[in-house]
Amino acid sequence: MLYFSKLRIILVLLFTIIISYFAISNFTKLDDNLFSKNINLGLDLQGGSYLLLEIDNRPVITQKLQSKIIEFKKYFKNKDIVVRNFSIDNNAIIFESKTDQIEKIQKILDDDNSEINPYFQQYKSHQFEFLIDNNIFKLSFSRYGLVLLKNSSLDQAIEIVRRRVDEVGTNEPNILKRGNDRILVELPGLDDPNRIKSLLGKTANLTFQFITQSSDQSFGTEKLQFDDGSEEAIVNKRIVLSGDNLVDAKPTMDSQTNETVVSFTLDRVGAKKFGKATSSGVGKRLAIILDGKIISAPSVREPIIGGSGQISGNFTFQSATDLALLLRSGALPAPLNIIEERTVGPDLGQDSIDAGILSLIIGSFLVLIFMFYKYKIFGLIANITLIANLFLLIGILTLFEATLTLPGIAGIILTVGMAVDANVLIFERIKEEIKNEKNLIIAFDSGYIKSRTTILDANITTLIAAFILFFMGSGPVKGFSITLGVGILTTLFSVYFIARLFTAYYVIKNKDKEKII
Amino acid sequence: MNLISFNKFYKKLNIISLILIIVSLLLLLFKGLNYGVDFKGGTLIEIRTNKDTNNISIIRDSFNQMNLGDVSVKKFGNETDFIVKFEKQNSNDPKFIKNIQSNLSESIGNVEFRRVENVGPKVSSELLRSGIIAIGLSLAAMLLYIWIRFEWQFSLGAIFALFHDVIITLGIFSLFSLEINLSIVAAVLTIVGYSMNDTVVIFDRVRENLKKYADIKIFDLTNLSINETLSRTIITSVTTLLALISIYLFGGEILKGFSLAMILGVVFGTYSSIYIANPILVFLKVSQKTIIKEEKD
Repeated sequence: MLYFSKLRIILVLLFTIIISYFAISNFTKLDDNLFSKNINLGLDLQGGSYLLLEIDNRPVITQKLQSKIIEFKKYFKNKDIVVRNFSIDNNAIIFESKTDQIEKIQKILDDDNSEINPYFQQYKSHQFEFLIDNNIFKLSFSRYGLVLLKNSSLDQAIEIVRRRVDEVGTNEPNILKRGNDRILVELPGLDDPNRIKSLLGKTANLTFQFITQSSDQSFGTEKLQFDDGSEEAIVNKRIVLSGDNLVDAKPTMDSQTNETVVSFTLDRVGAKKFGKATSSGVGKRLAIILDGKIISAPSVREPIIGGSGQISGNFTFQSATDLALLLRSGALPAPLNIIEERTVGPDLGQDSIDAGILSLIIGSFLVLIFMFYKYKIFGLIANITLIANLFLLIGILTLFEATLTLPGIAGIILTVGMAVDANVLIFERIKEEIKNEKNLIIAFDSGYIKSRTTILDANITTLIAAFILFFMGSGPVKGFSITLGVGILTTLFSVYFIARLFTAYYVIKNKDKEKII
Repeated sequence: MNLISFNKFYKKLNIISLILIIVSLLLLLFKGLNYGVDFKGGTLIEIRTNKDTNNISIIRDSFNQMNLGDVSVKKFGNETDFIVKFEKQNSNDPKFIKNIQSNLSESIGNVEFRRVENVGPKVSSELLRSGIIAIGLSLAAMLLYIWIRFEWQFSLGAIFALFHDVIITLGIFSLFSLEINLSIVAAVLTIVGYSMNDTVVIFDRVRENLKKYADIKIFDLTNLSINETLSRTIITSVTTLLALISIYLFGGEILKGFSLAMILGVVFGTYSSIYIANPILVFLKVSQKTIIKEEKD
């Protein structure tokens, strides 16, 4: 165990130096092109916001079922199959058929290539599962049907969230899917997440609908509140124009009223629709509705045919900017709820870094002194190993651009405390071996060999704990498991290559000494 | 070599451990754990006030006026820093935190929100569940590992030692109403790893000695093994404790609970490797036959 070939010595030193260089590159501003990676600081250290959003998919499901009903009606009509009394109950479509056509419908729904109940070819499961009770069909989403629906609404939502966050212009936001109805948004360096939160909290469904006096209109009517809560108005359910047709929106100053307004531009289809509706509706009040609340309801003075217009509504410049941003980025498919928020101010983050580094320095110092006191020259070897181990650990974290969190720093300090264990096990074993073996080289050799399984056993147990934490933990705790796990690997390397190299060199030089350890 | 007779105290200390475990279990059962917002849901705000006159009761009163449910206020490190926790968390109102901040600045002057944690009921119950699963899984993984590496008598000893450490550490947290949050789960898992590590080192030596000496009874053999590994046990515990105490004292308020749990875990882990794991080998009458039979298989 004490023999090292020249090649091995060179490789060990080279590896250690390169990885240590990575570690040092974090702290100095060497402007070279060799290596530009850095350890990422977690949100708890650099400050910032962590938001976990959950989509409320209920409206999406209802919407999908409604459009599916239209599809069904059309399809069965074409096939001359009579179906009637469609309704939606408890996320299921219910309809009746004639008694003699039950089997026919069943066959259509069960067909592997069913047009109306698809997905079987890809997923071995239809979009809908159905039950038949007499002549009443009850269709509800199958597991895959629901998963696909949720996934597509999540994909849409994540796109909109990304656009909104990008528009606000935070640095390097991190937006990720979590499961099939959650979105994780990490906003480093953001100390006040209130604006982003209010932007993400809005669905931003914009519609233009006429206000009516009588409630008997062909499309039906609904009673809506004004945004400021001042009054209510009855609006026609017919949607003149929706936010989908918007191509641009920006806050501007109305030159006549000196008021901040949001001016928008429509696409060609939208411009046509808007022109037609405003020509026939001169004199009527057109309500501008955002998420079920009326922002304002100006009277149409003349037809608006240019494909652009403006929304007024007692805006401040900030609120007009935000509304324009929401309109530009588009509507979310469903409302998002913030189910978890963690925000750390930049001051606290810096305080945590300072405290972490202070305790790392003090902890390491105490361990180094203790080891030197216990083992003298071999304590020195263990200490050199420990310092190299620290550089290796930080270097490897840098190489993989791992995220360092406050518990992660604790993991590094803990590694310092526990890393000496392997060297201690070896040194203690060697002491025992020397009692029965006069030849120092043989004693050292068997000390290394006999302690090997114990060291492996002991480290694998900690590694198991680190692995489980990595897979089960989240955020800061994950950071802890990474440093703990990588720390064990670098410890083993530094003990078996670096410390052993020094030990071998020292023992071979002093093999005739009386009391060596 | 002068042996310290650890084995003289096996019985007495086992009774004490048993009492500690029972007391801890009763505490866990009847007093329960003080879950933080991670596991209970709710809101935590770390605030820094700029006036020294702000004391806990003034802050508590101004929070109580906001109808936030149960409010608790604690000093957090500095004189000017406080941790405020309350039940309410309002995920659907993006202005929730902002409103609290403006209410607060009206009543007690300008305050800095250094940290805000807001966890909904769904997430907190998921975090609690995954925390429990993680601890259970790690205990199971340790059991499996040691079962593969050692004979079943040894696994039983090691697992008893693990349970002993985890239960007593949690019992102490319950007794002093210390907060259980995500980092405590991490600490408990690390304790599991450390305690196992410590036990394995002594067990390795017990097994080695079993092969060497046919004529020493397990009662004395465990004592011999404990003595032979004693200086390692002490040195490693000391260095680990030095690191942990340094985190506890200088690592900031956020890591206090984590490092305290680890310190307790290391102390109990070291103790249990000697006084729980080994007496079980004695109790199960492990002898040279135990390992030789295994090797024939």
